Amino acid sequence: MIPELGNYALALAVCLSLAQAVMGIWGAGRRDARMMAATPGLAIGQFLALAAAAGALVWAAVHDDFSVTNIAENSSTLKPLLYKITGTWGNHEGSILLWGLILAVCGAAVSLAGGNLPTALRARVLGVLGGTSCGFLLFALTTSNPFLRSWPPVDEGAGMNPLLQDPGLAFHPPILYTGYVGFAVPFAFAVAALIEGRIDAAWGRWVRPWALTSWCFLTCGIALGSWWAYYELGWGGYWFWDPVENASLMPWLTGTALVHSAIVVEKRESLKIWTVLLAIGTFSFSLSGTFLVRSGILNSVHSFANDPARGIFILALLGLLIGGSLALFALRAPRLASGGVFAPISREGALILNNIFLCTICAVVVVGTMYPPFADLLFGLKISVGAPFFNATVLPLALPLFAAMAVGPLLPWKRAKLWPVVVHAWWAGLAALVVSGFCVIGMKIIPALAFGLATWIILGSFAEVVERTMLFRTPVASSVRRARGLPTAVLGAALAHAGVGVTIAGLAGSSLSTQTIVSEKLGDTFKASGYDVTLVDLADRTGPNYNSRVATLLVARNGVPKMVLYPSRRNFTIQHQTTYDVAIHTNFLWDIYAVLGDEHNGEAVIRFHVNVLAPWIWLGAAIMALGGALSLADRRLRVGAPARARLVVTA
Amino acid sequence: MTFDRRQALALVPLGLVGAAGFAFWRMLDRMEVGKFDPHDIGNPMLGKKVPPFAMPGLRGAPGFSAADLQAAAAQGPVLVNFFASWCIPCAEEADLLGQLTAEGMVFWGVTYEDKPDAVEAYLGKYGNPYKRLANDANGRVAIDWGVYGVPETFLIDRNGVVRWHKAGPLTDDAVRTELRPAMRAVA
Repeated sequence: MIPELGNYALALAVCLSLAQAVMGIWGAGRRDARMMAATPGLAIGQFLALAAAAGALVWAAVHDDFSVTNIAENSSTLKPLLYKITGTWGNHEGSILLWGLILAVCGAAVSLAGGNLPTALRARVLGVLGGTSCGFLLFALTTSNPFLRSWPPVDEGAGMNPLLQDPGLAFHPPILYTGYVGFAVPFAFAVAALIEGRIDAAWGRWVRPWALTSWCFLTCGIALGSWWAYYELGWGGYWFWDPVENASLMPWLTGTALVHSAIVVEKRESLKIWTVLLAIGTFSFSLSGTFLVRSGILNSVHSFANDPARGIFILALLGLLIGGSLALFALRAPRLASGGVFAPISREGALILNNIFLCTICAVVVVGTMYPPFADLLFGLKISVGAPFFNATVLPLALPLFAAMAVGPLLPWKRAKLWPVVVHAWWAGLAALVVSGFCVIGMKIIPALAFGLATWIILGSFAEVVERTMLFRTPVASSVRRARGLPTAVLGAALAHAGVGVTIAGLAGSSLSTQTIVSEKLGDTFKASGYDVTLVDLADRTGPNYNSRVATLLVARNGVPKMVLYPSRRNFTIQHQTTYDVAIHTNFLWDIYAVLGDEHNGEAVIRFHVNVLAPWIWLGAAIMALGGALSLADRRLRVGAPARARLVVTA
Repeated sequence: MTFDRRQALALVPLGLVGAAGFAFWRMLDRMEVGKFDPHDIGNPMLGKKVPPFAMPGLRGAPGFSAADLQAAAAQGPVLVNFFASWCIPCAEEADLLGQLTAEGMVFWGVTYEDKPDAVEAYLGKYGNPYKRLANDANGRVAIDWGVYGVPETFLIDRNGVVRWHKAGPLTDDAVRTELRPAMRAVA
């Protein structure tokens, strides 16, 4: 019964989203106040319906209702409760439902938070969101319905892919999807603005918080995925330039560009057409990322819905959304008033430089990811593009971007001189040179350069804060007072930029990392990077739905025991699949990373890595997202700022 | 309405997406009839002569060039193996490479993005099956060869043409079902 209710709720959501689309776009076109006023209610209704549908699927999973095909194929009674719940979005059908639910959350959020948007703009934004939603919910209902029943029901489900049975991955999809789907809101704003034919500074101010929120989630989502790859796959790496990873990187790159170019729209009423294109492009990459990967076109280890028939539906939908919005762009964008000309050395000039580099990197990633299947299709050429290509092409583009990153925020708007700014950041530059110089002894040139750049970015990011608080130049109390008065957006930007620096340092650290592979008998000791590692024990254990083989490694340094690691190998009984449970011991400067491999002839293969600065890669991403969140908290960015400002004055 | 440069520029994104969309549609179409397999890691070099290159060896030792390789291959098939000391699957296949060398197969090694110290330690530990060794320190030659990732092995026939390749580590299974038939074919 409950799954049928879920099915009904899904169908209801399709109807509501259709009504939302029609009333929003057509109603705003006719200036029909009643139709426009209905859209927020419809958006909230659609959200409630989809929440009910998702709830019904979770209910079926928790109650082991194996008459539901989706549950029978992906769940089992042996699965821990947490993974029964999170498993509902760990498969194709459920993930589409989650996708729709998050889109509905965005629509409801625009309805609730967008009270002071012009009525017509809000109606159009909600209309575009409704239309997008309608398409994907129809896709779910017709080709990927999670509520289909199969009769007779099986006694036991097939269980989920053991690799996905992991807390990090359980929450990876919702966060990543929130990032992807959140960019639907800037997209809807862009399309609405194109329909209206008007973009002003206020538009930039409305779009930015949405773009920034999505960007924070996308940053966290990508970091979580890469962290998962690091500790679960057990290869010791964190980024493999896999098409799925590239697909998430593309919207992140254009989204980062969007977050920056929207500042120019807001402050200088310039770069409007470009920002609209970025908003459309970012969501287009998000859509292509989630769906083309699933269609199986891209060669990927992650894709789990290899069904070309579904692919055709999705492609048609993508064509309609992306093609439609770009056709509208081609029609309307040339008529948007373009902004004034500005000097290359200025804040806006620096932001354009940022956009150029980010978009070029994105173009490189797109080409590297898409060229092989295209070349195969068009010319019958078999080409493989892997890590060597990306490392060789992305790095030279990223270096100048990183170098300019610290200086950009220091430049004043309109017209600036570079030299005085560089002089302000002299201490950051000096520190960077010292670090580079120090590192170049005993290291390759690129890692040394990267460590120097990381120092430059981290310190340079705070140069503006130091400058504005007049730190070290006035008494500390005065600096603290100035710091309190500083807009949180300035602190947020500094923090986000510093996060990039931390991540770069983490990436550069991998060049200092070491790894040792040994085949050990019980009681043997091997040396690795100054540690003495002894295989003390090998034991069998039984988990809820797996059997595991656990090694006990005693790690000592100079004869002093430092830690005990328990890497294990899990064999999942239903799927006959083995996963490696990596043992990681971190002190935030380096990770001790141990993997238990296969055993033969009484010897166990053990891989032992010392990954220098590895935790910083994800720490940096967390700092970036925190910086974004801090920037969001800025009063000036929040819609409705004037009203609140008045309140503060009267209080 | 006159058609100016701005309007033409605004049409560019639509054109690009249109072309990409059409290509995607063709791919999906061909996937359905089984003519297009995106999961096949192919190699552009198959059936072609090895690309021109000249690589040094480790620490100033002589490496080898395309001409050396062709000259050697004219005497009998040569297997070129791209590997790295930091690569785990490489270490896994090392044993097998040793066995195949003992059987008389000829392996030439290319170290990919690696340091001489690390390579020497690696060869000391896992054995050195390579008749000749060259160092592709910056990975440029790997790009020309279309290397997908290390390890990757290429079979060069008497005419200096790449006849077979394997992305990923060699396994007993792959040797039996792929490498040996390929060796027989070029012998």
